[in-house]
Amino acid sequence: MGAWKSYRLRVERRRFLVRAIRKRRDLRLVANRTKRIKPGDILLFSTLRNEAVRLPYFLQYYRDLGVNHFLIVDNDSTDGSLDYLADQSDVSLWTTRRSYKRARFGVDWLNWLQMRYAHDHWSLVVDPDEFFIYPFCDTRPLRALTDWLDASSIRSFSAMLLDMYPKGRLDAQPYRAGQDPLEIANWFDAGNYTIRRNDYYGNLWIQGGPRSRVFFRDMPDKAPALNKVPLVKWNWRYAYVSSTHMLLPRGLNRVYDEWGGEKASGALLHTKFLDTFTEKAMEELKRKQHYAASLEYRTYAARLKDEPDLWCKWSERYINWRQLEILGLMSKGNWA
Amino acid sequence: MSVGIVMLVHTALGRAEQVARHWNAAGCPVVIHIDKSVPAKTHNAFVAALSDLDDVRFGRRHRCEWGTWGIVAATQDAAERMLEAFPDVTHVYLTSGSCLPLRPVQELIDYLKARPRTDFVESATTADVPWTVGGLDHERFTLRFPFSWRKHRYLFDKYVEFQRRVGFKRRIPDGIVPHMGSQWWCLTRRTLSSILQDPRRPVLDRYFKRVWIPDECYFQTLARQYSLNIESRSLTLSKFDFQGKPHIFYDDHLQLLRRSDCFVARKIWAHADRLYDAFLTDSAGAMNKTEPNPGKIDRLFAKAVERRTRGRAGLYMQSRFPNEGWENGVTAGRYSVFQGFAELFDDFKPWLARATGTRVHGHLFAPERAEFADSQSVMNGALSDCAILRDYNPKGFLTNLIWNTRGERQCFSIGPRDNQAINWDIAKDPNAQISVISGAWAVPLFQSNRDFADIRKEAALLQKIENDFLDVLHSPYVKARIRIWTMAEFVESPMEPLQTVIDEITQKTARRLSEAPRMVDLAGFGQFLQNLKNQGMHPYLMGDFPVEQTVPTRHGSPPKPYLVR
Repeated sequence: MGAWKSYRLRVERRRFLVRAIRKRRDLRLVANRTKRIKPGDILLFSTLRNEAVRLPYFLQYYRDLGVNHFLIVDNDSTDGSLDYLADQSDVSLWTTRRSYKRARFGVDWLNWLQMRYAHDHWSLVVDPDEFFIYPFCDTRPLRALTDWLDASSIRSFSAMLLDMYPKGRLDAQPYRAGQDPLEIANWFDAGNYTIRRNDYYGNLWIQGGPRSRVFFRDMPDKAPALNKVPLVKWNWRYAYVSSTHMLLPRGLNRVYDEWGGEKASGALLHTKFLDTFTEKAMEELKRKQHYAASLEYRTYAARLKDEPDLWCKWSERYINWRQLEILGLMSKGNWA
Repeated sequence: MSVGIVMLVHTALGRAEQVARHWNAAGCPVVIHIDKSVPAKTHNAFVAALSDLDDVRFGRRHRCEWGTWGIVAATQDAAERMLEAFPDVTHVYLTSGSCLPLRPVQELIDYLKARPRTDFVESATTADVPWTVGGLDHERFTLRFPFSWRKHRYLFDKYVEFQRRVGFKRRIPDGIVPHMGSQWWCLTRRTLSSILQDPRRPVLDRYFKRVWIPDECYFQTLARQYSLNIESRSLTLSKFDFQGKPHIFYDDHLQLLRRSDCFVARKIWAHADRLYDAFLTDSAGAMNKTEPNPGKIDRLFAKAVERRTRGRAGLYMQSRFPNEGWENGVTAGRYSVFQGFAELFDDFKPWLARATGTRVHGHLFAPERAEFADSQSVMNGALSDCAILRDYNPKGFLTNLIWNTRGERQCFSIGPRDNQAINWDIAKDPNAQISVISGAWAVPLFQSNRDFADIRKEAALLQKIENDFLDVLHSPYVKARIRIWTMAEFVESPMEPLQTVIDEITQKTARRLSEAPRMVDLAGFGQFLQNLKNQGMHPYLMGDFPVEQTVPTRHGSPPKPYLVR
């Protein structure tokens, strides 16, 4: 990397940080329990809107995994999410009515909170419909992973987004609060992902899965990115660039091996496709607060009317992380 | 007699306390060294917590940074303390705070009692060890290392380079033959005291202080000077990964550790409650006697290293995206590519499937869609037949298909009408077997009933495309197994080339082909080519077809498949 490019990237990173500092004014504090954060705690950051039905299971899942504190930005929920979260003893909560889009889809808000609270902590950034899995997650808590990453001098951990969907119509099985969404959406695409390298930020750009196969088959370049780096040993100088797809400094995006070996990686099981999805797609369509003028949601809405089944004969039913390891979607690397 | 335990501790003091109590309960005196970087408060609490035990002592504190002299100094002081304070100690076992005794302590004591003169220390000459990190083996002993490898890697590397260039060499003290090995040893009182009381010790210490990673060579080298009987292995189970740092054991390794024949394991994750509960019990409950099978542990960790350094061939994923040439296998398995066969033979697909038992697709890169076997619209791994998706990343499509169907050989057709984007990828892939009948693209044109001007135009285009592909196949970078016949050549005697290709796919079944695919009727093909020539086009890739028919003519009803014996 030349000096000029290195300089440009540094300027860009600083710009993101300044932006994050500026956007802190969007946030109104609801519950600040960050005093309870102890050195070495694992923190979870999330932005959400109207996810009340998902929250009980979401919080439970990550508590069981070993997350110590949740830092959540609520973007103008109207379904009681705010009150529910404010009551949780391990949640610090902010709320905002400002534009999600103008905060670069929430990235600025979280960058600010991370800068403020996550320095020197392992920080996990996920949406309420994303469930983080990693090698040995059924027998080893998240702390085992972060300890191992620390011991191996690894600062960032990749977890590709894996879209999960039910068999049959999306609205066939209603989701109840507290339920494991994987009971309903437990199918996924095992081997239709394509990868490109983004030479500017040094990350991989992964696309594919059911969204490419069904919604974006005519414009695959517009299909959503599935590469994510949600778990990072945070430093206040770091900044996410676009969602958690990539971050700066770009060394943190080097979560893949280029010389034939496999680094350890996990997956984010994305349980977006529940019965709540159709409604959500319609609402987001009106709000136009999502990436590329909500193209994703527009395409969904158009396709979903006539063909709401993402399942196909070669869909794979989710069993556990070992299955994903064997299928080559994630890897143990040299963690044994 | 008894066995003295020297413990080097720097984190997870709670666990260290548990383990110290366990050793002590079995009658082993313990000397603990606590890293100087542990805060005074934590240190004092730890010392106070162990104050109820009689046979626990604490060594003088040193700062133990990895790869530096501190660890050796700490060990020396603690060992001296041990020998002084506990005169009936016959063996001293060096452990760390994250070590865990796997077998009842009494078994260790009995084992050592039966071998009173044996020193267990892994000790090999530098020429014989493969595990050195950073390529420094003998140079550890002949260069100087004033800079920290962890904190000032750049200076470290530069200074090593500088010394190499200048030709700097330290003199190794007389009589010393450098040996290296695992840091965790068990030495007899005799050997250990000889090392510690050596009159030359100041000289030797001064020398080893500047050696890189002295904890892996100080005792290992000096034990060779005094020991009567060295058994060059460590009693501590310790596995290292490709960067030379120890693998960590977790709760789910419990069954594996039960089958180890080592006395102590390192390193244990501090929060592995199940392991600590299972192994730190009284000797009655400690071991449900299982047959030792240490090979299983070796395999597990060897595989982890292999996965990290070489990975799975043909896999492209979020944490493995090899640069070109570093894939160690562009694709995950063997596959066969046919050009021109489906055009020349009517029933090539079903015939090939019957003859080889493989999965036979049509033109996977056809402009309309990927023609998967059995006309499926989606294949293994939910791979879509959509042409736009496929052409978005043709190489990814191919590597995905081969990865998704690993264990089952794939065959497919390509042709000059198809997307040509993968030409180089398959040509450079040792897993590919490419068979080409050049010029066979003319057959469908010959059979078609289109305007001759169109046919002529298309023929020119297809010929050019195929010619480009043949150029690729003739390049010196090719790694695939390639066979090319002109159509004329092939039609002359089709069975022989078919047999060769099939034999290669089925790995030489001695069986001769009993059934040939049905060739299309080529009567008039020579004339067709002549017509193209008459229109100013020059078809040459199919070889020489005389205008008059000399190929086996098939008048009347299409002939039955013939048998070849």
